[in-house]
Amino acid sequence: MKDAIRDQVAIVGMGCCKFGENWDQSPEDMIVEAAYEAYEDAGIDNPQERIEAVFCGSVYPSKGTAEVADALKLFGRPVSMVQNYCATGTDAFRYGVFAVACGMYDTVLVVGFDKPKDRGVSGPNVQTAGVRGLPMTPAGWFSLCAARYFDTYGAGREDLARIAVKNHHNGTLAPKSMLKREITVEDVLKAPIISWPFGLYDCCAQSDGAAVAVLTRRELAKGFRDDYVLVRAVAIALAPNPQSDPTFDFLRWKPTVYAAKQTYEQAGIGNPFKEIDIAQVHDCFTLTELLTYEDLGFCEKGSAKEHIASGTFALAGELPVNTDGGLKTFGHPTGATGVRMLYENYKQLQGKAGPRQVKNATVALSHNIGGAPQTCGMTIVAMP
Amino acid sequence: MVSETVGIRSYGAYVPMLRLPLAAIAGGRRGGAGGGERAVANFDEDSVTMAVAAATDCLRGIDRSSLGGVLFASTSYPYKEKQAASVVAKALDLPRDIVTADFSGSLRAGTTAFRSALDAVKAGSARNVLVVASDCRMGAPRSALERNFGDGAAAFLVSDADAAVTVSQHHSVADEIIDVWRLETDAFVRSWEDRFVVEHGYQRNLVDAVHGVLRKAGLTPKDFAKAVFYGPDARSHAAVARALGLDAKTQIEDPMFGRLGNCGAAFAPMLLIAALEKARGGQRLLWASYGDGADTFVLQVTEQVERLRDRRGMSWHLARRAELGDYDKYLSFRNLQPSEFDRRAGAGVSATVHYRDRDEDISFRGHRCRRCGTMQFPFQRVCFSCHAKDDFDQVRLSDREGKVLSFTFDFFAGSPDPPLIVTMIEAEGGARTYLQMTDASPKELKLELPVEFTFRKIHEYGGTPNYFWKCTPVR
Repeated sequence: MKDAIRDQVAIVGMGCCKFGENWDQSPEDMIVEAAYEAYEDAGIDNPQERIEAVFCGSVYPSKGTAEVADALKLFGRPVSMVQNYCATGTDAFRYGVFAVACGMYDTVLVVGFDKPKDRGVSGPNVQTAGVRGLPMTPAGWFSLCAARYFDTYGAGREDLARIAVKNHHNGTLAPKSMLKREITVEDVLKAPIISWPFGLYDCCAQSDGAAVAVLTRRELAKGFRDDYVLVRAVAIALAPNPQSDPTFDFLRWKPTVYAAKQTYEQAGIGNPFKEIDIAQVHDCFTLTELLTYEDLGFCEKGSAKEHIASGTFALAGELPVNTDGGLKTFGHPTGATGVRMLYENYKQLQGKAGPRQVKNATVALSHNIGGAPQTCGMTIVAMP
Repeated sequence: MVSETVGIRSYGAYVPMLRLPLAAIAGGRRGGAGGGERAVANFDEDSVTMAVAAATDCLRGIDRSSLGGVLFASTSYPYKEKQAASVVAKALDLPRDIVTADFSGSLRAGTTAFRSALDAVKAGSARNVLVVASDCRMGAPRSALERNFGDGAAAFLVSDADAAVTVSQHHSVADEIIDVWRLETDAFVRSWEDRFVVEHGYQRNLVDAVHGVLRKAGLTPKDFAKAVFYGPDARSHAAVARALGLDAKTQIEDPMFGRLGNCGAAFAPMLLIAALEKARGGQRLLWASYGDGADTFVLQVTEQVERLRDRRGMSWHLARRAELGDYDKYLSFRNLQPSEFDRRAGAGVSATVHYRDRDEDISFRGHRCRRCGTMQFPFQRVCFSCHAKDDFDQVRLSDREGKVLSFTFDFFAGSPDPPLIVTMIEAEGGARTYLQMTDASPKELKLELPVEFTFRKIHEYGGTPNYFWKCTPVR
């Protein structure tokens, strides 16, 4: 049953710590900050009695599940951790949704967090156990569609730059974002190249962060709050590594295409551009966001640059994307990012997004893509 | 006596693309250094990778399964203990049931390995033996030796049939002399005073050995179309030519000082290939090499030499050049410059992973699905296309050409020569690989660019040369 979980589970509380280079915070500090905001939001003042299970997502945990259990003093119940590249937070959320939907638990916690800035390096670790598949730099991996896409559809670095400019603008309006600075297309084009065609501003930063959701069964949601948000769909899809996929065309990312199909089937969505009001998509690099517009069916393949130019995906556009500034301004603590996107969608649907509030948004999508990339996680949440 | 049919069936050479101007070594002071340049290995090359390249040139069109041995000669192989010939054989995807041996320690190692191959084939212990000499020696920074040296490799297939060159006589002498040396703990070659080394080492041994081979063969210097012999420098080389009574204008194969440099154990073999590129059937050549004594050979060129005109050899490689004008970059290529990011740091590769993956990573084989024909790299258990399980043939990719499907220029991945050019390549037949491109400039990159594969050091983590394949534009 493709719609088995549609609208069965409600988000009744969410929290998110300030993302950034949180030098003076431990992972536990960030987890406590986000979880207690979520408890307060859900009206839970006795979490040790109310939370029946915990689903965590983290790519760089220092201890694992104990990090979360110890921080929140949630013992004597299941605490599990998943890893699914950049879709880790979304996958933790997915396990939480399924655990509630099947009736096993009434109330569960989803905790996404990561603390990459404790590693003393400015980028991902380079692994050198082998000789194949090097260099392992995400900017290099995610740029592999650029040459072919530009050649086929005539897009260029300026089109990518406008995405960075948009997200930087949105980020100035989000209290919990890391970067709060307007930039210009010229700034983006002049910045040092990281991995062509990505300059510094085409890349999201690494940052520390944690975000938490409280989930319950739809029938119990009213007991927490009136403006709860329903989970309409949640999906994960894997695709072949584009570095060995024999049929890859370098014009799209297959994980997104696969996950979108599942997500729209679950949610019963036929025309995503019309039926989705806002979207938080994985802008690890500007090109990732551009391809995502098309891979999610928001616009025709090859037409993204026209929509970028006309502002379709700007805050005031027809389908605002990355309303909080995205990974571009929050950075990307891998396990936290998917849950942070849900936090933004939850706040937007409740009308609590302050100066970046999108009017009359009732259906919101979130999207993560990760690995080389090989995995995509997506959710659709909606007002009842 | 020497067999009439045993000899050189094929040859191949390799000279790295980069040339270091001698003036750059002298710090821009043209006076001391003069003009000229030397061949210098890229940061991802060493004597093993250059040997593989020369051997690949040599084995063009030859059934690799017919080889019975690989003899590797070098004074500059990275390992003190662990064989190089076996790495070369694996990178060439040769059968396992072959003899492999390293010849080292002497500048004469290349010709000595050649003579051993000759003996083995003559004795019937193997029908085809690959001899590959390769050197990448280091002189101390800004020293005369650094200016003098060059990097390169040469390969010969010694066979019992189809000889392009037969060996009608050979003669060797051994000598104990402290002229040039390098201890286990030395990074750089050391040398005794020039005039002593040249007069009592090089000249005396080479002349003695040539006289020996002429006596055995009943020939005089006038009987040779060309004399091809090692020399530590242009002046000493010319002095030997004079001492032997050879005609400097017509009989001497140009030792290419100021273009190539003294390529150590590979030098005399490389010069012989340069001579064979111009040689015609029926010509007689004198070939000699020096190092702790000397090896000499009387060679007879056959009509079969015409069969080898498609070899890249020396002339193709010498014509393919790019200047490395930045001496600091050269120092960092050779790990002679302290760096924030030590390329040799870290735990290095997992020997067990290397062991499991060597057919893919060293022999560069991919899989072809027996059911649907889909080519894939690395090896799969389940086919990407038709999902057949464990139904694949292994296919060598290294000798195929490929084309660029996509690329990026990565300034973030550490490289001594940024940016790192990273490509997605589809080999002829379909296997796709994510490879670094080497010996290329970002300006050359475009979709569908034809490439070939080249065996290189992918990194040096753990202090070991960790080899894999890269691509380079077809030129």
